[in-house]
Amino acid sequence: MGITTTKTVAVTGNQAVAEALRQLNPDVMPAYPITPSTGIMESFTSFVSNGKVDTEMILVESEHSAMSAGIGAAAAGGRVATATSAQGLALMWEMLHIASGYRLPILMALVNRALSAPLNIHGDHSDGMGMRDCGWIQLFSENAQEAYDNTIMAYRIAEHKDVRLPIAVNMDGFIISHSIESMQFIADADVTKFVGDYIAIDPLLDIDNPKSIGALVLTDYYMEHKRAQHEAMINAKKVIQDVSAEFAKLFGRKYELFESYRLEDAEVVLVALNSAAGTIKDEVDRYREKGVKAGLLKPRVFRPFPYAEVGAALKNAKAVCVMDRADSYGGYGPLFMEIASALAPLKGPVLFNKIYGLGGRDLMPHDVDKVIDETIEVAKTGKVTMLKDYLSVRS
Amino acid sequence: MKQMNWKELPHAGTVLKAGNANEYKTGSWRTYKPRWIEENCIQCLFCWIYCPDSAVMVKDEKRAGFDFDHCKGCGVCAMECPGKKGNKAIVMEEEGK
Repeated sequence: MGITTTKTVAVTGNQAVAEALRQLNPDVMPAYPITPSTGIMESFTSFVSNGKVDTEMILVESEHSAMSAGIGAAAAGGRVATATSAQGLALMWEMLHIASGYRLPILMALVNRALSAPLNIHGDHSDGMGMRDCGWIQLFSENAQEAYDNTIMAYRIAEHKDVRLPIAVNMDGFIISHSIESMQFIADADVTKFVGDYIAIDPLLDIDNPKSIGALVLTDYYMEHKRAQHEAMINAKKVIQDVSAEFAKLFGRKYELFESYRLEDAEVVLVALNSAAGTIKDEVDRYREKGVKAGLLKPRVFRPFPYAEVGAALKNAKAVCVMDRADSYGGYGPLFMEIASALAPLKGPVLFNKIYGLGGRDLMPHDVDKVIDETIEVAKTGKVTMLKDYLSVRS
Repeated sequence: MKQMNWKELPHAGTVLKAGNANEYKTGSWRTYKPRWIEENCIQCLFCWIYCPDSAVMVKDEKRAGFDFDHCKGCGVCAMECPGKKGNKAIVMEEEGK
């Protein structure tokens, strides 16, 4: 099968993800609305009401309940999806570990938003970074198209027999979730065929074979369970690559573990997740025209993090600025820590860290230029004045 | 019993054999042991209803002794036992006495 019929549309990021969920037609969707992910639920509940999906929509009383209901439905043997943001995800935190520990391939659309306090509804990555250690596969998306495509691929990755882990697809709140972009939808039949049927492992509703999940495991077995979970996450890398390759073959859009933008010969490199990459690409082009060998590395897969591949892609640069849209107060930005780990075994470039865009503050082209200029200076001198600093903050 | 390694564990730690808690002997946890006094028993079976470990055995709707492989000696049966004329049909005694 070659490239199939696609439909070009103008939709918001939320509408794009809701459309992907309609096409995936999960068995159960427990959700509780929270800005900026509410649009996904609004669209999806109308699909449910209009009979466009077979999904049982469960309107719960909190996000903790949303994830709990999702875990129950997934353990029973259903394909489950949910959507949330920020405080909602924070309230789910306890249950996120249970979803991954029970090895339930639940799909979460995570519309990234800053965490309170101070109260803020706009986009940054503190929610997504807060679930880093919860055992979920984490994919990041630059725009509505990538969020849609990652969502279409999500069950194939999460449900693979070597993986069986929950998966979160991230996109930036408001910047992507509420902006209308031109993008392409895949035909319903092609999505159905690509995703395939779900065959649950040891579902509770298989009543001829009664079983228990969630049994108490003490000092003699807990580590063995965690080691098995770690292995599933290691396996996820190859599965993501295989599923992405199949997706590219069928639908024409190629996705790697990370995107390399003008990176091959780059000496001055920026690393950033999600929507900021769009602005950075424009500025990389401008600097390239001026003769600066600038480039961008945009991670797509944050868990499992592809350390070896990222290390190989960055090792020949002279200076790298890792831009974090979240902070680990008293530490470096979470993305910086990953990049530093990736480069630790190599004789790599000089690294430094900028915290930007918290609480949805815009990353303007002139902000990116400041970062590229500083990275050029670091590449020249080999010296970093401030290893971690906040970008464009009033002082 | 040889312990499984991480590759041998059932997927997600799911317990695939229903009712296997029966294989886990908890009788050694006891410090007090229930003793049945037949002449005070009215066969109400409250002890059977209340026992949290299903360690009171019943045969033909009559008491048939304790399952000491699983009785943890919690004393709930002795507490709930109405006895006959104020005399308990189950009393707790120190283990080993």
